[in-house]
Amino acid sequence: MKREIGSGPPVTALENIHLSFGGLRALQDVSVAVQPRERLAIIGPNGAGKSSLFNIISGIYTASSGVVRHKGQERPPRMKPYQVARLGIARTFQNIALFPGMSALDNIMTGRNSLMRRGILSEALQLGWARRQEIEHRRRAEEIIDFLEIPSVRRTPVGELPYGMQKRVELGRALAAEPELLLLDEPMAGMNLEEKEDMCRFILDVNEIHGTTLILVEHDMGVVMDISDRVAVFDYGRKIADAAPDDVRRDQTVIDAYLGTAHEH
Amino acid sequence: MFYRETGQYKTTYAADRAIFPIRQDRIGIAILLVVAFVVIPLFANEYWLRSVLTPVLVFSLAAIGLNILTGYTGQLSLGTAAFMAVGAFAAYNLEVRVPEVPFLVSFVVAGLAAAGVGILFGLPSLRIKGFYLAVATLAAQFFIEWLFTHVAWFTNYSTSGVITAPPMTLLGYSFESAASRYLLTLCIVAGMAIMAKNMVRSELGRAWMAVRDMDVAAEAIGINLMATKLTAFAVSSFYCGVAGALWAYVYLGTVEPQAFDVLRSFEILFMVIIGGLGSILGSFLGAAFIVLLPIFIANASGLFGGAFSAETIAHLEFVIFGGLIILFLVVEPLGLARLWQIVKEKLRLWPFPY
Repeated sequence: MKREIGSGPPVTALENIHLSFGGLRALQDVSVAVQPRERLAIIGPNGAGKSSLFNIISGIYTASSGVVRHKGQERPPRMKPYQVARLGIARTFQNIALFPGMSALDNIMTGRNSLMRRGILSEALQLGWARRQEIEHRRRAEEIIDFLEIPSVRRTPVGELPYGMQKRVELGRALAAEPELLLLDEPMAGMNLEEKEDMCRFILDVNEIHGTTLILVEHDMGVVMDISDRVAVFDYGRKIADAAPDDVRRDQTVIDAYLGTAHEH
Repeated sequence: MFYRETGQYKTTYAADRAIFPIRQDRIGIAILLVVAFVVIPLFANEYWLRSVLTPVLVFSLAAIGLNILTGYTGQLSLGTAAFMAVGAFAAYNLEVRVPEVPFLVSFVVAGLAAAGVGILFGLPSLRIKGFYLAVATLAAQFFIEWLFTHVAWFTNYSTSGVITAPPMTLLGYSFESAASRYLLTLCIVAGMAIMAKNMVRSELGRAWMAVRDMDVAAEAIGINLMATKLTAFAVSSFYCGVAGALWAYVYLGTVEPQAFDVLRSFEILFMVIIGGLGSILGSFLGAAFIVLLPIFIANASGLFGGAFSAETIAHLEFVIFGGLIILFLVVEPLGLARLWQIVKEKLRLWPFPY
């Protein structure tokens, strides 16, 4: 399948973002933009500001200064996370943030909550639209369960699932919202090779079949260089490079700050 | 061997969503309903109907209310009795001032009034969590008790500060006998329990549980925390308000504000914890446990007749009651509902070990 990265206004663009916590400057004058259907990777050492960047995009942090744009439109500065989610921006978390008391199915169904109507009395009586809504969204949730190959655990409380499965359910919950932009915070962390291969396949399929734009933070350079169209490198809260994987790999500042060199023996 | 769903295939998502998807469960619940609606009113005596079963049902309703807030949404509340009081006094005041209103309508108004007050005292939950929220709801408890004791308008200037529930009549039928009052309570509680079950297994319930389990993630996937928490306070208080009105109208008949003191709130909290947080069934089990256990202990101690003085027995009751509660929580911290679930899982495999 031929995938074309969109031109026109970026899905999300950060312009001259500053973020500080007290005296600590987490992000300094950062500008990043991602085009429709693009796969953008963000790399950098710990504390470089990668997760802060995600938290700004998803509305959990408010930038000290700077502008966030959604499809060219400036976002209100104090947009709440749930409002950002309703723009079509979904995310996963570095440390899995599932709802441990709920089953895998319910976690994924909760991902669709932002697409569902609420009416207390109708839901209590389960008549008419409330009942149809549950069944219709259940069908869509099952499609995601099939896609991620997790039907056998749909009834299991996610707190009891192994780590790799939890990562998959969390991806499922984010996909359930049918996002245009998906933020993945270290989707491969702590996985073995096989699990990483599965996860890469799911991520690439989502991008290619649904045209979902991706931004991922990842430490596995093999994965990053293989699957991303573009790599942005962060160090000490600044963006030090932003280019195609091959160019980033050869960039001397990036090598000094993060990638390092192979030692001669 | 008998409790097994082998061969019962679910071919639609609608069938999979049924409250009781397993046939044996449906048979069991049908038997239970027949017993509750037919056998008990026919054969139970006045004392059991009026003083045991009716309060168990009313407490179950209040426990469902608190469970929605604490068990499903994770917002600790110590103001349950206050919301019950709002329900009782709202129903009373409506009927005193507008006598034409049928009592069922005033029960609904009782719930709505409690929901309004619940939303008001739920506002702090937007900023504070856990123990601090519990203290804020404690403020509701003391303030509302004080309000109904000291503002005479609420008790219609009754000199004793006690309100007497007007008689309940529906289409010319007067609910006076113990059996009719028990059946009335049963209908209301069963209907509202089914509605609660429906809520917690649909969009609303998932939003509540998401807020309970991980509020940052819930908000990041598009759940409006403020609306969801306040909805939980409203629905929870609605249930408590109706329970309060039933407590005043059906069970006690006359009621003073002190009937809804902080001890009552704690009692309902114990029911929810012992029954099982986040379980509608657990609300019933917890209420039955807390109401029936003292009766059981008192009867059991009667077997030793004369061996202990009445005073010793009264004290022993407290000791045994407390001891059993601690024992239960140590053995099964997730409550009676979880025990029941384990029994069901074992039954599915019996008589084979796996």
